[in-house]
Amino acid sequence: MSAPAQNAGTAPDAPNARNAPNSTARRLVILLPYIWLAIFFLLPFLIVLKISLSQTAIAQPPYTPVLDPAGGLAGLRDFLAALSLDNYALLASDPIYLLSYLRSISIAALSTALLLLIGFPIAYGMTRAPRGWQPILFMLVVLPFWTSFLIRIYAWINILQREGLLNKVLLALHIVGEPPAWLATDTAIYVGIVYSYLPFMVLPIYATLEKLPESLLEAAADLGCPRWKTFWLVTVPLSLPGVLAGALLCFIPIVGEFVIPDLLGGSESMMIGQTLWVEFFGNRDWPAASAVTVVLLGLLVVPIMIYQHRQMHRLERDR
Amino acid sequence: MRRASWFNAVSVALGLAFLYLPIVILVIYSFNASRLVSVWGGWSTRWYGALIGDQDMLDSAWISLRIAAVSASAATLLGTLGAIALVRGGRFRTRLLFSGMVYAPLVMPEVITGLSLLLLFVAVDVDRGFWTIAIAHTTLTMCFVAVVVQARLVDFDTSLEEAAIDLGCPPLRTFLTVTLPLIAPAIVAGWMLAFTLSLDDLVIASFTTGPGATTLPIRIYSQVRLGVKPEINAVCTIMIALVALVVIAASLASKWRVANSE
Amino acid sequence: MTSVGTDIRNGPANRQGTAATSISPRDPSAPPLVRFEAVSKRFAGVSAVEALSLDIFPGEFFALLGPSGCGKTTLLRLLAGLERPDAGRILLDGHDLASVPPHRRAVNMMFQSYALFPHLDVGRNVAFGLKQDGLPKVEIAARVADMLALVKLEGYERRKPHQLSGGQRQRVALARALVKRPRALLLDEPLAALDKKLRGETQFELMHLRQKLGLTFLIVTHDQEEAMTVADRIGVMDQGRLVQVAAPPEIYEQPNSRWVADFIGEVNLIEGRVAEAGPVGTTIMSPDAGTLHAAVAVDARPGATVWVAVRPEKVRISLEPPAAASQNCVAGAVWEIGYLGDVSIYKLRLDTGFVMKAAAPNMTRLIERPFRCGERVWLSWAGDAGVVLTR
Repeated sequence: MSAPAQNAGTAPDAPNARNAPNSTARRLVILLPYIWLAIFFLLPFLIVLKISLSQTAIAQPPYTPVLDPAGGLAGLRDFLAALSLDNYALLASDPIYLLSYLRSISIAALSTALLLLIGFPIAYGMTRAPRGWQPILFMLVVLPFWTSFLIRIYAWINILQREGLLNKVLLALHIVGEPPAWLATDTAIYVGIVYSYLPFMVLPIYATLEKLPESLLEAAADLGCPRWKTFWLVTVPLSLPGVLAGALLCFIPIVGEFVIPDLLGGSESMMIGQTLWVEFFGNRDWPAASAVTVVLLGLLVVPIMIYQHRQMHRLERDR
Repeated sequence: MRRASWFNAVSVALGLAFLYLPIVILVIYSFNASRLVSVWGGWSTRWYGALIGDQDMLDSAWISLRIAAVSASAATLLGTLGAIALVRGGRFRTRLLFSGMVYAPLVMPEVITGLSLLLLFVAVDVDRGFWTIAIAHTTLTMCFVAVVVQARLVDFDTSLEEAAIDLGCPPLRTFLTVTLPLIAPAIVAGWMLAFTLSLDDLVIASFTTGPGATTLPIRIYSQVRLGVKPEINAVCTIMIALVALVVIAASLASKWRVANSE
Repeated sequence: MTSVGTDIRNGPANRQGTAATSISPRDPSAPPLVRFEAVSKRFAGVSAVEALSLDIFPGEFFALLGPSGCGKTTLLRLLAGLERPDAGRILLDGHDLASVPPHRRAVNMMFQSYALFPHLDVGRNVAFGLKQDGLPKVEIAARVADMLALVKLEGYERRKPHQLSGGQRQRVALARALVKRPRALLLDEPLAALDKKLRGETQFELMHLRQKLGLTFLIVTHDQEEAMTVADRIGVMDQGRLVQVAAPPEIYEQPNSRWVADFIGEVNLIEGRVAEAGPVGTTIMSPDAGTLHAAVAVDARPGATVWVAVRPEKVRISLEPPAAASQNCVAGAVWEIGYLGDVSIYKLRLDTGFVMKAAAPNMTRLIERPFRCGERVWLSWAGDAGVVLTR
């Protein structure tokens, strides 16, 4: 079990049956999703970049300049000249944006830490369960993920509102005298985030822990480690790839979260997802919203690349 | 040596309780005769009745289901091709870029993808509505499908294909008759995943929607912002029941298939 | 015939009449290092080990041999503490191990999969057990270096397991288990993953190491050649029970049952009835091979069914009928020849239809073999060349 199992017959570079004879089919297979993603994923980002360099306008579309292909080369020159970094200057000057970014990152970091604290014992407990139970437990953890995200947040509104269940329980147990307000607080945001993202933390850790050969734990015991020591010296270090995957899978999207802070949080300070939404739908300032997006992407590009690199690495190794 | 301590059992039990409690509460309250959450008015299905009369809600549900079906199918096709390209495509140039485009939407905050897609649609001056939402959902969910199918492909025993080719089956037919049936469960799982993600999506739909294409999440969201309403409880319970039924049916079906093949 | 039970506990005792060629364990006067007392273990209702009793003496290389699923690995894991017995006791140096968890037992195991920690380099892997004992760093480093030198891996401390070949990983696993100087080293099919040549070399290295360090080794294997090569004593197991415990020559030349005779090496089993049972010889009537003479006393009455077990290499093939009248001899035709380079295995069909095997070393370099397929030949063997088995 300690030798990585090689996939039967395929070396990473060996031309396999699908490649060699039918290269048009192969090219089609690659091109179809490639083109789709290029048009609907890559191209939009370029457009966002361009609009972040534009100005708002009372027009349709609500920004200027607009590139008119009929204008020819001269039109292109005018177009480029009208681009400016004004929006970025606005972002830099108004502290609201900076605070929003910082708040988002700090909430995301703390949430990820909480998710790790809660998720790791759950994933570990799942691996220690009897073999027959594990698929059931797995399904139970995944099932909430299949139900609507919005519904689950809404369910928490039910519980956390002033007349909701939580306060009822607290009053009944005489823990508090007055029903406190849970909604519109940061606590509610954390509860909502941890609740929604728990499967994203639990499942990668479970997947990594589950592959841990039992013989490694037995070897550690054989060499003198009591169970708790085996956990810290062997299980935890070898669970780190799963932990990292779970952390990235949670941290990155949480930074840009919108629904949870909007429904559960207060209105004093906003996470960057909310700021973006307000700029776009509220102020109808598309260029500013685009600039916010570009900066957010810039912040996240490093973690995203780490995530993508690890996925590719895993893909290569498992082939 | 596989012994679970009481701590393990408790942490799993608590974790599951935490995950399911809000849902259970919501389901229970959908049968609350009283309009107020603070008062329990006895069991009643009046909110389900009110739902049936709520034409807007039914329209939104129908739109969501259609978008989900269309985008899930397109996403499954593209995602499966993408997975094949990643696992079997060999080392083509710009493979890194391709894989980046496949894996990035998985973690990208939805506000970013929603905004960028909307700007694209505006730039090419397309009427926004059903199809723009469908395209947006396809783009997002195809990456999830790709990841699911890729995981299955990596584990696939290629000697089965080699045996078929050795016996005279051309590569394309081998793929269709040998590989595809064996990875079909992953493809189906991918479709279901894409369907659920589309049905559930709020942010991207909000950005890319247009007049006459109010999806169910958008409608629920706008009502929820005004406060808890018991009809919402009923809608949510129905959706939960639907999804739970499908997932349980799927897992039972796969168990039955495994048992039958032994 | 003496029963198997008492033999095992007290070491080799009288066998079937012939002078006991018992090879005593390393230190016959010492009390056993490991004692299994009527140990049983069940998995999901299936018995893996059944009321098994066994003594292992200090300084010996003991092999547990048997087919897959016979319970040998379970027995090993019971000693290591990785499984708990359902019944019976396990004693190490006279102490009952029932209350001792695996991390406090003075035995160490070398796992079949090697179980090297992938996140630690070779040096840290080997040092792992020593660190648990809380030894000072300097001493740990010294012992690790010594042990790596002993397994011929000096200078490999900083390498990671995935950078090593299979044979090197195996030696790291060995070093890791040995460095703690355990009372007994347990080896779970350690050479299974190696190719034939490397396996042969490693077998000798293991024997060497054991002798040099003066330790007790307990090895589990399904490879009889391996067991015969390395072990001082072999315990043959089948379906959770010990069938025979003896030194390799005894197991091979004096199997106590057809099952053991057939399991180890190749054998001709000729069924027959006892015609005459005398104090120094027995006559057996066999429908397949005629009248046979065995120069042993057999604990069976006339008329009882017995089996004569003769190893192929003890059977002589000749084109002429053999001279000596006291030899057993039958006639037949050569049916198949298996050329193995150093020996040739001949399968012969007797006139009665019975198939026998004979092995002859290829003494000369002739490409043309002395016997050809279909040729009529005579097979003969001496009266003491085989054993008579009553079960």
